[in-house]
Amino acid sequence: MSQAVVERLREVFGERILETSAFRGDDEVVVAPSDWVEVVTFLRDDSETAMNHFGDLTAVDFPEREGPRFDVLIFLRSIEKRARIRVRTRLRDGEPLASVSSIYAGANWAERECYDMFGIRFEGHPDLRRILLYEEFEGHPLRKDYPIDRAQPIVEYREVEGIEKLPPFGIEEGQPFARVDWESRLAGKDLQVSPSLAVQQGQRRMLSDSAIAEAEEAALESARESAGEG
Amino acid sequence: MEPRDEIVESTTETLELPTEPMRLVMGPAHPAMHGTIRMVLDLVGETVIEADVQPGYLHRGFEKSCERGTWAQVFPYTDRLNYVSPMLNNVGYALAVEKLCGIEVPERGQYYRVVLGELARICDHLVCNGAGAMEVGAFTPLLWLLKAREWIFDVLEAETGARVTHSFGRIGGMAKPPTDDFAERVRAALPKVLKTVSEVEALLIGNRIFMDRTQGVGVLPKERALSLGATGPVLRATGVPYDVRKDAPYLVYDRFDFEVPVGEDGDAWDRFSVRLEEIRQSARIIEQALDQMPTSGPVSVDDPRVMLPEKDEVYTTIEATIAHFKLVMEGFKPPPGEVYSFTEGGNGELGFYIVSDGSGTPYRVRVRPPCFYNLQGCRDMILGQTVADIVPTFGTINMIGGECDR
Repeated sequence: MSQAVVERLREVFGERILETSAFRGDDEVVVAPSDWVEVVTFLRDDSETAMNHFGDLTAVDFPEREGPRFDVLIFLRSIEKRARIRVRTRLRDGEPLASVSSIYAGANWAERECYDMFGIRFEGHPDLRRILLYEEFEGHPLRKDYPIDRAQPIVEYREVEGIEKLPPFGIEEGQPFARVDWESRLAGKDLQVSPSLAVQQGQRRMLSDSAIAEAEEAALESARESAGEG
Repeated sequence: MEPRDEIVESTTETLELPTEPMRLVMGPAHPAMHGTIRMVLDLVGETVIEADVQPGYLHRGFEKSCERGTWAQVFPYTDRLNYVSPMLNNVGYALAVEKLCGIEVPERGQYYRVVLGELARICDHLVCNGAGAMEVGAFTPLLWLLKAREWIFDVLEAETGARVTHSFGRIGGMAKPPTDDFAERVRAALPKVLKTVSEVEALLIGNRIFMDRTQGVGVLPKERALSLGATGPVLRATGVPYDVRKDAPYLVYDRFDFEVPVGEDGDAWDRFSVRLEEIRQSARIIEQALDQMPTSGPVSVDDPRVMLPEKDEVYTTIEATIAHFKLVMEGFKPPPGEVYSFTEGGNGELGFYIVSDGSGTPYRVRVRPPCFYNLQGCRDMILGQTVADIVPTFGTINMIGGECDR
């Protein structure tokens, strides 16, 4: 059913369509990474192919294969022509691929997932960060050389650029109107909780031990003074 | 963040004071986020001006886990993809491996798969619509629809032995043939379910509060939905009549008379209505399938290289013992190759792209999760809406964490 699409691609791109196959009825063409964006754009815009429905974008790792290591595939579909096509390209490890997220909006998350799982970098992607895993995850789990039982280091506290996108947030988060020592803050010192105020509010656990000891010392001192006066 | 005075002026005329956008984090521990989605929102007043939807909180390495067992051992994992309609995933994966091997399941097995699958689809839509209504304040529909789901679960439990995670699909057929009174029990349960659905419809369709909360809320335009790869009720609500059961019929779906309901505006109301109508269409399919289904004959292929032999034969004959041993220890070995097989899951096109290197272990199992791409449209749907509108929008996308995050 989609053979017409393959014919059309052969007609337009000629030698640049490296291989075609139709195993079990799945029509597929293989192109070079340099032709990736051009072929995908053509499939969407050409009136005879009219692939306006994004299907999927994924990758497969073949570390033992001679030549390029990764296969990147995009699955496209045409609503009007009721045709499907799979376009494949082959990438060496570390070789970037041009992003198609400006052509199909759906490719945005799919490419992020590919980057997350395989470490394939997509050039021109607007926001290429991990999507299913977290920023500090080491390695790319769907690579064949990533062992399934590998343990990841525990992330204690995040100090990452662009922290507003990641949990947990900074110390002031969620309490902007309270427990801020404005005096020291305006004097240009560190953001810190005022010990006396915090003790009053029963926030002892937020303070360091020495701060608590100081506050208690001060309280004892004033108690002694008032006792002496009495 | 820069103060955004101009946006304030354009959205709320009465507000004169300049204001800064507020950053609000919704989820993952938020009841309406189903516990697995985090949304970082920038708000001006109550209006969402920027949103970052962050999935991944239920990621458990489905695709990696598949690469270390046998082909048959993937079935329990597929149950836990869309755990609201596990039977559809079971059958979807089985069809993918069968396509790779060129296996055709006997007719009775195909009808059996259709009936069980459509029951699962009804379950899926019951839960989605019930939970969606509950999240905007109508609690009764959820309770009634869950009661209806329980009647379907009774049927599924009698057939498979499990209420939710059946693991009932097999490569080349189903684990067991239908029970003797399968058709009667389905025919007894369906009218009760449909009656409950009508009662719920009477509560919600025409209900001013529910209409105000869903109509014109969370709109996804048609072209954008196609470009995003949306499928299922989310796409059909925008007016595209794309249903895999009609578009590329698998199993015996080409023998049934049913319609593909579509919406007009692509808003939360349309998605709700499309699901409601699909429940009735699924019921129609089930009735026709039960009429056409052969009452006797095998449900699985008769091939000892694919299907496990009967248990009593395993204990009494040496051939069956050897076949059982080989299948369990080495696994079934499909030919080398790659196929993409797609079925209509509860939320849209559920695709399995599988790569075989000819061994007993899958080389790669890629799931095309319908929720993942539907959820990607969530940002488009909620921009410019208020915080309260996120709840019905997200509810009618029917994000299922197990499938979205895998």
